[in-house]
Amino acid sequence: MNKAGERLYNGIIKENPTFVLMLGMCPTLAVTTSAMNGLGMGLTTAVVLTMSNLIISLLRKVIPSRVRIPAFIVIIASFVTAVQLLLQAYLPSLNDALGVYIPLIVVNCIILGRAESYAYSNPPIPSLFDGLGMGLGFSLALTCIGAVREILAAGSVFGFQIMPDSYVTINIFGLAPGAFFVLAALTALQNYVKNKRKLAGKDYEKIQSGCGHDCLHCGESGCSERFYDTTENAGQTAGSAVSEMQKAKAAADALETIDLDKEDK
Amino acid sequence: MDSVKDMLLLLISSSIVSNIVLSQFMGLCPFLGVSRKIKTAGGMGTAVIFVITLASAVAGVIYKFILQPLHIEYLETIVFILVIAALVQFVEMFLKKAMPSLYQALGVYLPLITTNCAVLGVAITNVQKEYGILTGIVNGFATALGFTIAIVILAGLREKMEYNEVPESFKGMPMVLLTAGLMAIAFCGFSGLI
Repeated sequence: MNKAGERLYNGIIKENPTFVLMLGMCPTLAVTTSAMNGLGMGLTTAVVLTMSNLIISLLRKVIPSRVRIPAFIVIIASFVTAVQLLLQAYLPSLNDALGVYIPLIVVNCIILGRAESYAYSNPPIPSLFDGLGMGLGFSLALTCIGAVREILAAGSVFGFQIMPDSYVTINIFGLAPGAFFVLAALTALQNYVKNKRKLAGKDYEKIQSGCGHDCLHCGESGCSERFYDTTENAGQTAGSAVSEMQKAKAAADALETIDLDKEDK
Repeated sequence: MDSVKDMLLLLISSSIVSNIVLSQFMGLCPFLGVSRKIKTAGGMGTAVIFVITLASAVAGVIYKFILQPLHIEYLETIVFILVIAALVQFVEMFLKKAMPSLYQALGVYLPLITTNCAVLGVAITNVQKEYGILTGIVNGFATALGFTIAIVILAGLREKMEYNEVPESFKGMPMVLLTAGLMAIAFCGFSGLI
């Protein structure tokens, strides 16, 4: 049970997917126009992440490593479809608010990243809690960003007015540019923390930059580049469509969490 | 005549007014990642135009002739993502064999596009808005064109900013995001166009 608690803590605080690892930025920007939308998106992703982690972990001895990425994607896509149908049936308003971003959960790199780096090599129960922790961490982050944007743009949180009437709303934070500004502030803050830790000689490797999958030019150690290299050099038979696909997926999708395995040991 | 006008309107609205990156946040990863130089940004943009146009055509055909007749529309997410992944692989192999020069130019970008959310996003938008196959292709092309416009402009700005002095904490990604935010404001100006 201790392990479960540790996974939850790891996902929510220590390796928060949004604030620390900077994964899954597209939905983070797109749906956080209000705290409610952020929470909805976060919980939807959390459900998919938990379930896919559980199933992938249960099937980890059955799935051959060469076709694992396509297999992961099929499993994730199935859960996304199921969740989408449930939302359409029971929460149509949320479904309308999130729109096309629900099917896009499939390509959210957090989910594939966790499947690859944790669920595929760990037993079901820790994987379940790992997914839950990461999902809750993501929900927390999205709700916070959503709340900040909602306060600035409308002076309310979850629809409740909290700012005095004299507060002049800054509408732009509810629109697309506001999302970029909020994320810019967030990454700047992260850089600040990172620089401080670097000066203090502490371990800052854990905090990733907001690298945008730039595997071609990225010089940063410990990001997807490394993951890409290992996949490529692992002697996977080049030429076969499947391993090509794996490489493509690995390159494009796995803005990877660093050194998870190391830490788990 | 009417339909030509509609297509033109769609072209403008998808590429500029509701720009996929700056107002819908799809394809952010390559937008932020591969925008350091105008040349690479242009290459990425071309590859994206190529793949998205092709993918929206293939996805449209599959939706109309396989998913709809069998009443399994709910499988669209699974089918589209697999089709797109396979398609990109296929395109890569085809270009390698048939057009080596084009492959030289676009090859490195193709694997990066596979799970670019813009490709899946366009395929699903086409279905949700009930576009026909042709309209879907036009929409795909226009969306990708919008992506290319945005990424080339951003790359141009980044080349200029390269030697500017920036506060320590804002170096790198935060500055790019601020630039993208300002670009998004500029693109908001187009919203009255249609």
